[in-house]
Amino acid sequence: MEELPIRTGNDVVRVRQQVRAVAAESGLSLVDQTKLVTAASELARNALVHGGGGMARVDVVTSGAGKPGVRIGFTDDGPGIADVDQALTDGWTSGGGLGLGLSGARRLVDEFELNSKPGSGTSVVVVKWSR
Amino acid sequence: MDVDSNQGRMGAYLRDHQDKVVSRWTELVVAGLRGRSSAAEVRRELEDLYSLVIRAMSGADVQAAGELRAALAELSRSRARNGFTPSETALAIFALKDAVYELVADTTDLMPEYLAFSRTIDDLGLHTFETYATAREQVIADQAASMLELTTPVIRLWDGIIAVPLVGTLDSVRTQLVMEKLLETLVATGAEHAVLDITGVPTVDTEVAQHLLKTVSAVRLVGAECIISGIRPQVAQTIVALGIEFGDIATKASLADALAHALSRTGHKIGTA
Repeated sequence: MEELPIRTGNDVVRVRQQVRAVAAESGLSLVDQTKLVTAASELARNALVHGGGGMARVDVVTSGAGKPGVRIGFTDDGPGIADVDQALTDGWTSGGGLGLGLSGARRLVDEFELNSKPGSGTSVVVVKWSR
Repeated sequence: MDVDSNQGRMGAYLRDHQDKVVSRWTELVVAGLRGRSSAAEVRRELEDLYSLVIRAMSGADVQAAGELRAALAELSRSRARNGFTPSETALAIFALKDAVYELVADTTDLMPEYLAFSRTIDDLGLHTFETYATAREQVIADQAASMLELTTPVIRLWDGIIAVPLVGTLDSVRTQLVMEKLLETLVATGAEHAVLDITGVPTVDTEVAQHLLKTVSAVRLVGAECIISGIRPQVAQTIVALGIEFGDIATKASLADALAHALSRTGHKIGTA
């Protein structure tokens, strides 16, 4: 639906605002909106800090059972993740963070798919369904 | 024929027809202004620009090009202040092409010169556009800086209890500013309790949490206690799902709860008389 560039800290704010607007429009509850926006914030910042910048794409989707949801895809052309299991471990950090961004984002959404190979960038797609 | 001699011939032509061209240019520009400046004023402005254009095109005057750009930048700024859009300013510059074209249309042997001249004017028009954008960016940067100042007040709630209501995005620049002001106030007033209210922070992610934790540590280092308030139910659930631990830091749902907590810690009792 809409592609948003992630190049600066302000772009992360813009991604959050876009996700919040789309999530509210799709009828997600306030708690689910907040969870999705927070997950988007973590993943957008990962794309910026670890991927050296990337893109976010926000779409409204419909489940097999006819429920609306919001899907967000993040892509970057950064160095990629060598050990995905390690990156998804609570408390493991490659920088100075809390080490909860990626693992926490996975817990905040209903569907989480991560694709990464060293040298070929990282893509993360998350979905939150309305209840 | 090379570009320089093109410009030389065009420059001579423009000088010879100065009065006619400036009159027509003024007419065209005034028509687009819808009465926001008088014709005499516009003519004076355009005459100055026109003589700079001629000087720049003659090629002999090395300073003219710089002066011309400076004059255009000034024009762009003054028009922006008077409520003109950047397109209107650029169109006023482009109108010079129309004014000249009407004259040279009959003189076919000047066409190559006219094309080169036309490209020069396009550049100048774009230059006014760029100046406008730069000026706007400066205004936005200034506003962002003053917003940062505005949105980080430190408030005295009670004797020995101060509060910082945080609003908007808590990035590292903002955190640094909040921390400095908070620590300064704690030391200056000798307050022993500080309340960080995050009611106005829409998203508490790991970065915000980390900034909050750092601020709390700094507050403790100067001998005060920190309470985080304004944690709304949806934010509380998100924090739990993220796995962030606030440990032994006192957290409250509202600023009122935080004040009551701090008051009881300082030995005050709240009740109805």
